[in-house]
Amino acid sequence: MLHHLSIGELAERLASRQISSVELTRHFLERVERFNPSLNALITVTADEALAGAAAADRRFAAGERGRLLGIPLIHKDIFCTDGVRTSCGSRMLDNFIAPYDATIVARLKSAGAVMLGKANMDEFAMGSSNETSYYGPARNPWDRTKVPGGSSGGSAAASAARLAPYTTGTDTGGSIRQPAALTGITGVKPTYGRVSRYGMIAFASSLDQAGVLARTAADAAAVLAVMAGFDPRDSTSVDVPVPDYPALLDAPLKGLKIGLLREFFDGLESRNAALIQDALKVYMSLGADTVEVSLPHLPMSVPTYYVVAPAECSSNLSRFDGVRYGYRCSQPRDLTDLYERSRGEGFGAEVKRRIMTGTYVLSAGYFDAYYLKAQKVRRLITDDFRAAFAKVDVVVGPATPTPAFPIGAKIDDPVTMYLNDIYTIGANLSGLPGISVPCGFIDALPVGLQLIGPHFSEAKLLSAAHHFQSATTWHTHTPAGYE
Amino acid sequence: MSLTRQDVEKIAHLARLSITEQEMPVYVTSLSSIVDFVAELSRVQTGSVEPMAHPLDDQRQRLRPDVVSETDHHEKYQANAPRVQAGLYVVPRVIE
Repeated sequence: MLHHLSIGELAERLASRQISSVELTRHFLERVERFNPSLNALITVTADEALAGAAAADRRFAAGERGRLLGIPLIHKDIFCTDGVRTSCGSRMLDNFIAPYDATIVARLKSAGAVMLGKANMDEFAMGSSNETSYYGPARNPWDRTKVPGGSSGGSAAASAARLAPYTTGTDTGGSIRQPAALTGITGVKPTYGRVSRYGMIAFASSLDQAGVLARTAADAAAVLAVMAGFDPRDSTSVDVPVPDYPALLDAPLKGLKIGLLREFFDGLESRNAALIQDALKVYMSLGADTVEVSLPHLPMSVPTYYVVAPAECSSNLSRFDGVRYGYRCSQPRDLTDLYERSRGEGFGAEVKRRIMTGTYVLSAGYFDAYYLKAQKVRRLITDDFRAAFAKVDVVVGPATPTPAFPIGAKIDDPVTMYLNDIYTIGANLSGLPGISVPCGFIDALPVGLQLIGPHFSEAKLLSAAHHFQSATTWHTHTPAGYE
Repeated sequence: MSLTRQDVEKIAHLARLSITEQEMPVYVTSLSSIVDFVAELSRVQTGSVEPMAHPLDDQRQRLRPDVVSETDHHEKYQANAPRVQAGLYVVPRVIE
């Protein structure tokens, strides 16, 4: 079946003209039509544009062009601006917003010939760990539709896991690619801060946000990241560092890889989850890696640090939604203040308002030093801990999440409990480090993720390490029942 | 509760967010629990540590030549505006 083929296999079949991009696109659009009503993984389906894009890709093949992603479908997280297509960011605020331009990653993938099937569901403005804060309702986990797919890139993860597209895009501010990838049994890559352009990606927390990819394997993710990554003059924090040819480096020798076991990640970890991580480490040792324990003493402070820094940046970024230039406007405003307050009060959902208010509070006079400045100092201590660890090891390894997928509704009323879902992923964002989550087993028939974090710009090493693991294991090949 | 209803009303006004009567007690409780949670940071010894604003230390904001690089898209952009008139955004009267 076409939806079980890797990106590399699809590219070969397209290149040899065994299948056309139009046929492939129709196949995935049919799956979207069949499964999306029960998964709610997509907010918008762009079938006509997809078929037109596929026909254009077929003309490029006919003209002799070849490419790793040419003619292959994808689904974009609805946080990326897509010219002429609604870009809602999961919010009522942008329910009527037609993006007037393409995000840089959208443009890059489009020019590589990627075919967009639609826009994926997500937590509102990427604020959430369960996809339950979406204005469009929760996306569901294909392994068990009563469970969350994780978040904020929950629709992207559900769509990739259910094989509605060969890959999807996502963004990761505190774990929003790695956590949903882990909860849905796929591979999720969060690159180094600045590695992938943020231009046209609706901002949540600008010093933490980074775009990445959710795919079934590290090899597929490598092919996509090679196109997404790279310097963009339109993003002032984009980094001008050459992009390695990630697919060509997947088979780099693993022998001698020094893996650091993050002591803080194993403290209090549920025993079945810990056993799966230990099994994964045995696989790495059998492949010739060495493991040593490392300690990051300030890491346990990463969640409170994040929940000062991220809301502070969010309160600033989301001030642009004012009911004047675009987005939702309340009806019958009495005056300008009423227009601002009600447009924002009615246009934003509960969690977004909570984060804006948290951010406003920690930045307000009298509290700035105690909260915001303090958090920035602790952020440096956490980053120094990582730096010290990477002087001794190549990568650090631990679980991606504290538990497998939890039931829809279980944590939504308790924000602090929800925030603790990201306890293992937030550190990489605070320090701008790349991370990857790969499937490493099941607990109660729900997937569990292994996380690898590396130094800045070590994506090639992480992808290769994940690829070696996937060459020695079969966890990434499992398909949820009903989506075979 | 570390925050009072008055505190939350003030924060909501600073953030220009209308909060309904129904929502208010929920925010007083949940924002208090978040503030208590992040207050854990006070236990960390930070002494003379330099605050970190950007994850890549050696990065500097780039400057570009001061030349016009964008073209006029105002019609396309204003197609998303709730109300425009003669190329201008319309808001309620500000000056009587």
